[in-house]
Amino acid sequence: MRRSIPLVATGLAATLTLAACGGGSGGSGGSSSGDGSFNAGLTRAVNPSTKTGGTLHLANAGDWDNVDPADTYYAFSWNFARFYGRTLMMFKSVPGKDGLQLTPDLAQGPGQHSADLKTWTYKLKPGIKYEDGTPVKAQDIKYDVERTLDKKTFPNGPTYFNDYLDLQGYTSPYNDKTPGKLGLKAVETPDDSTIIFHLKKPFGAFDYFAMQPSTMPVPPAKDTGANYKQHVVATGPYKFENYTPGKSITLVRNTNWDPSTDPNRKQLPDRVEVQLGINADDVDNRLINGSLQSDVQSTGVQAAAAAKIQSQPQLKKNADAAPTARLWYVAVSGDVKPFDNVHCRKAIEYAADKQAMQTAFGGPLSGGDIATHLIMPVLAGSKDMNPYPSGADNHGDIAKAKQELAACGQPNGFKTVISARTERTKEVNAALALQQSLAKVGIQAEIKKFPQGDYFKLYAGKPEYVKKNGLGLMMMAWAADWPEGFGYLSQIVDSRVIREAGNTNLGVKDPEVDKTLDKAVVTADTTARNDLWAQIDAKVMDDAYIVPFLNVKGLMYRPANVKNAFINQGLNGEYDFVQMGVK
Amino acid sequence: MTQDLTAEPTDVRGPRAFLEVRDLRIHFPTDDGLVKSVDGLSFSLERGRTLGIVGESGSGKSVTSLGLLGLHNRRNAKVSGEIWLDGQDVVGSTPEQVRRMRGRKMAMIFQDPLSSMHPLYSVGAQIIEAYRIHNDVSKEVARKHAIDMLGRVGIPQPDRRVDDYPHQFSGGMRQRAMIAMALACDPELLIADEPTTALDVTVQAQILDLIRDLQEEFDSAVIMITHDLGVVAELSDDILVMYGGRCVEYGSAEDIFHRPEHPYTWGLLGSMPRLDRDRSERLLPIKGSPPSLINVPAGCAFSPRCAYAELNDGRSETERPELREIAPGHRVACHLAKEDRRRIWNDEIRPRL
Amino acid sequence: MVGGRDARRPPWPGTVVTFLIRRLIAAIALLVIVSMVTFAIFFLVPRLTGASTADLASRYVGKSAGPQAIHEVEVRLGLNKPLAIQYWNFVKGIVVGAHYDFGPSKVYCGPPCFGYSFINQTPVWPDLLDRAPVTLWLAAGAAIIWLLFGVTTGVVSALKRGSAVDRLSMGLALAGVSLPIFFTGLLSLAIFRDKLGWFPNAGTYVGFTQNPIQWASALVLPWVTLAFLQAALYARLTRAGMLETMGEDYIRTARAKGLPERTVIVRHALRATLTPVLTVFGLDLGILLGGAVLTESTFSLPGLGKFAIESINNNDLPRVLGVVMLGAFFIVLANLIVDILYAVIDPRVRLS
Repeated sequence: MRRSIPLVATGLAATLTLAACGGGSGGSGGSSSGDGSFNAGLTRAVNPSTKTGGTLHLANAGDWDNVDPADTYYAFSWNFARFYGRTLMMFKSVPGKDGLQLTPDLAQGPGQHSADLKTWTYKLKPGIKYEDGTPVKAQDIKYDVERTLDKKTFPNGPTYFNDYLDLQGYTSPYNDKTPGKLGLKAVETPDDSTIIFHLKKPFGAFDYFAMQPSTMPVPPAKDTGANYKQHVVATGPYKFENYTPGKSITLVRNTNWDPSTDPNRKQLPDRVEVQLGINADDVDNRLINGSLQSDVQSTGVQAAAAAKIQSQPQLKKNADAAPTARLWYVAVSGDVKPFDNVHCRKAIEYAADKQAMQTAFGGPLSGGDIATHLIMPVLAGSKDMNPYPSGADNHGDIAKAKQELAACGQPNGFKTVISARTERTKEVNAALALQQSLAKVGIQAEIKKFPQGDYFKLYAGKPEYVKKNGLGLMMMAWAADWPEGFGYLSQIVDSRVIREAGNTNLGVKDPEVDKTLDKAVVTADTTARNDLWAQIDAKVMDDAYIVPFLNVKGLMYRPANVKNAFINQGLNGEYDFVQMGVK
Repeated sequence: MTQDLTAEPTDVRGPRAFLEVRDLRIHFPTDDGLVKSVDGLSFSLERGRTLGIVGESGSGKSVTSLGLLGLHNRRNAKVSGEIWLDGQDVVGSTPEQVRRMRGRKMAMIFQDPLSSMHPLYSVGAQIIEAYRIHNDVSKEVARKHAIDMLGRVGIPQPDRRVDDYPHQFSGGMRQRAMIAMALACDPELLIADEPTTALDVTVQAQILDLIRDLQEEFDSAVIMITHDLGVVAELSDDILVMYGGRCVEYGSAEDIFHRPEHPYTWGLLGSMPRLDRDRSERLLPIKGSPPSLINVPAGCAFSPRCAYAELNDGRSETERPELREIAPGHRVACHLAKEDRRRIWNDEIRPRL
Repeated sequence: MVGGRDARRPPWPGTVVTFLIRRLIAAIALLVIVSMVTFAIFFLVPRLTGASTADLASRYVGKSAGPQAIHEVEVRLGLNKPLAIQYWNFVKGIVVGAHYDFGPSKVYCGPPCFGYSFINQTPVWPDLLDRAPVTLWLAAGAAIIWLLFGVTTGVVSALKRGSAVDRLSMGLALAGVSLPIFFTGLLSLAIFRDKLGWFPNAGTYVGFTQNPIQWASALVLPWVTLAFLQAALYARLTRAGMLETMGEDYIRTARAKGLPERTVIVRHALRATLTPVLTVFGLDLGILLGGAVLTESTFSLPGLGKFAIESINNNDLPRVLGVVMLGAFFIVLANLIVDILYAVIDPRVRLS
């Protein structure tokens, strides 16, 4: 799960406001025209156009973690970074399932691996240039990977390269005494267009690493460390004209970008202007009145706008309920009695009123779909299953739950504790719904709330605390770094990653799961690998350590005046920014 | 209305004296009932003379003084009757006309000089302001006048103290300044509402002396309002005793102090401190408390507190005594027979004072 | 004794200079205390509740960072040092500046150095300087409006007590006091920007020097919205003060002098009423200069209040410390100015 972005909650007020104004729609092209219909953006590019010109207006209620490719982890940032930077691999820029496929960007093709899956080689396309016209070299990609390793200077980014490259003690290009600062032995650049990665352990899905911003080339001569973000040197269709943290970003056309090398991006608008720190409800208002084309954060509209969109057909046709790679579930701790007995865990699986818990998150449109297993449908290799049907209307199967309780030796129920994060009202409401449904089978659950900043460090993620305080059921959400098994599962089902504190695996302990994980990691064949992920899904469900209840959807809005708008599934259900146009 | 007028020494309509108040009534309608603060008051006063209005708090004397100046709250007060000042009827005039009279023709000295002066303006500025409203003069002239006035009320180094603020003055000085402000425009009628109550005893006498001296100098009419007969004893020519919003006895100072005929006046005299008597004998407080001005007792308002009410065969509780002239210039409103009043005064009250 | 309200004011010392020096020393002492308390809240309290310095550091690294990465961040942010040393470094930075390690080169952050943002790695002080004018403009414009309207409404209400005008304005004032800014703000945006299209720039701040017209267009609604809330408070305050003052003996005296009613109200009653209003105004303005959090958030104004909220949400401690210090400075400064003005206005303070 990437870091979530805290916002000042103004939802209620906005609900009142918008209700008071009875709409306030009908800005210039905000909703009136276009060929869109509800959910059209999930399957096709809405308002297709190839016309260039104009300014694409975006807004962000917060700010970037960083625009520096070595130091960014926000999903929207990875999406936006494709405007100004190119990586070895990328997700296909197309609507629908195909968006989950990786395709070469700077590379000529997918990575070539050695038999032991420890060496991965990429050849660069020829003729790729920086914004200043100088050619991009394989060494520059290596240099950015080196930068990414330096967590002291760039703490925000992911640590996959730190964890998998055979570092041999390498820490940072800034401590690198070799000429050219390219001393990292784990990455080789035999010539200007070849880059070879040496891993310390086999890994079959390295192309997903090669898709990360860490492989965006950075010319060493232009690197200013933490200050590089003030002017990131562009390789994509746009370059920075201006970046004022907390205020605005302006991108303009990069004339040294060659479309013939880049089938995945368009370069339609003349400018891309992003306003930062705009009130989240106001972002929605402006989307609806058409003065903005998209919300950079892409987590869906606020409650007020959601209510409005659902009630007004002329707005709804411009909306998409986009599935994201994010799951809400209840983690069941096998360390807390009586959940050491699988039947007691299964009782929870059956008893949970998933319908009520879905309602707590805003219902099917702005909350999401009811989840029945761990790997959600938008992930590659998801296999549909429902091992614990929760009754006709998903209100829970009380008879089955009682059977399991009896099998567990607790026919009259028992007492336990549900933990939730105080700041997350919806999560707390879902916990209340769970509490009520459990009461129907005699399980008395007490809800304990904890601050979200320390939820994993001090409470739910600390086994000792969980045991001592009997946190049998823990509310939890998890999002994939990218829509594939490894990026999703490794931190929540591998029992060997469980540490003293700060865990996100809140209690899945199954040697068979661990074994299957290890096998999947070293499987290069996609189909075979996906089968293994599905096996893990089935096994974890069978163990009943996790009670999934919601596949998150974001209610997204695309004004009628934005062209080529579609949801890219590879980008965690966000609109694909680099395809957008305004003419 | 007529019953009070019959008690007047003359029934000629229209103003005769410099100040003539006729059947003045000031009523305040409230949620609890009609408050009859002043209920049929008549008196007259010439320039150069002093009238003392005496009564307990709540007897209506302060409302009377505010009514004379037209300072009562116009929104909630009902005023009837006549107040003739130098030929002009205050009750019948517009607020603007009354405003022009205030300060110039009639002025007032208030009880608490500290709260009655604006804390944020210098003493001089407040006098200058008072002077310049009614006199079209430059600031410099007005300032000279203010210094002159401060000097005349006995403030040392008036040219320096003129710029001081009220809180920098002592209590007595403040009252002097207040008097200077009141006299700035040489008013013909000066009303002093409890002018010495807030002051030390030693200062009290000085202030009273000052008022008397200034009265002679300015030849103004003075109304001295007080609850303390001692204050009016030496200063007043005539004394009006108020009770429950009405006049119960009116006479010359000589009459009131030596031949008082109303039991309430006796009570006031009895509660007046005298330096030549023992404390225990001297003070004869009036039992009970003043009547509510909403529910004035029927009959004689004083009857519930009067030790002699039962001598009147029940008339005290049913019939309001009229204000009658019992000797030239001496009027009293009491049901007691003349002989009884004389006897009680001479035999029971006087020896104990 | 009328002087109840001056009782808490210190007596005026011999000269203005010693008064100022004393107040300045007190102000600096206060700022030091504020910095220590803030420091303790953000650095000491988490430790007391059981978080290790590595836990604190892990807030500033991406997901699933290994212990080594967390440790490096811990070292870089100085979280592993004793609190006293951290505080000393903070103070030292303000006085003499500090050096920071940013990859290829060391960066010098000159005094007053409030440190570098944990999140953005930008120096805090220039960011504060950049944000302060927005808040300043917002506060100044709104203050003018609310003083004008609030005081006028309060006076009229008090004089026409119980009338339709009074009831209407007090009803509006009640609405103003009870409606939150983010409600009135969004409502005004929906109406005046989206429906009527009067202020197309509302919600998009542009610097005055960049484009004065867009600047004003962006600020009018925040001004009015903020002023509406504050004017309501001031109307009530003024009305209550006026009613009290109109009952004072010196108002009766002013009338007894024969002053026209207008003079009585303006020169005598209003003057006395405004003295306490001024005190409140000074403090309000000081607080506002530290950041009008809700207004800035609602209207997306990049001022200090919004900066504070963003920093708190991000756990960006140097920024939080910086903005708290600046806010405290403004409040202390406003207090000082109010004290001086008070002495100018009220002779009892000046000379007693």
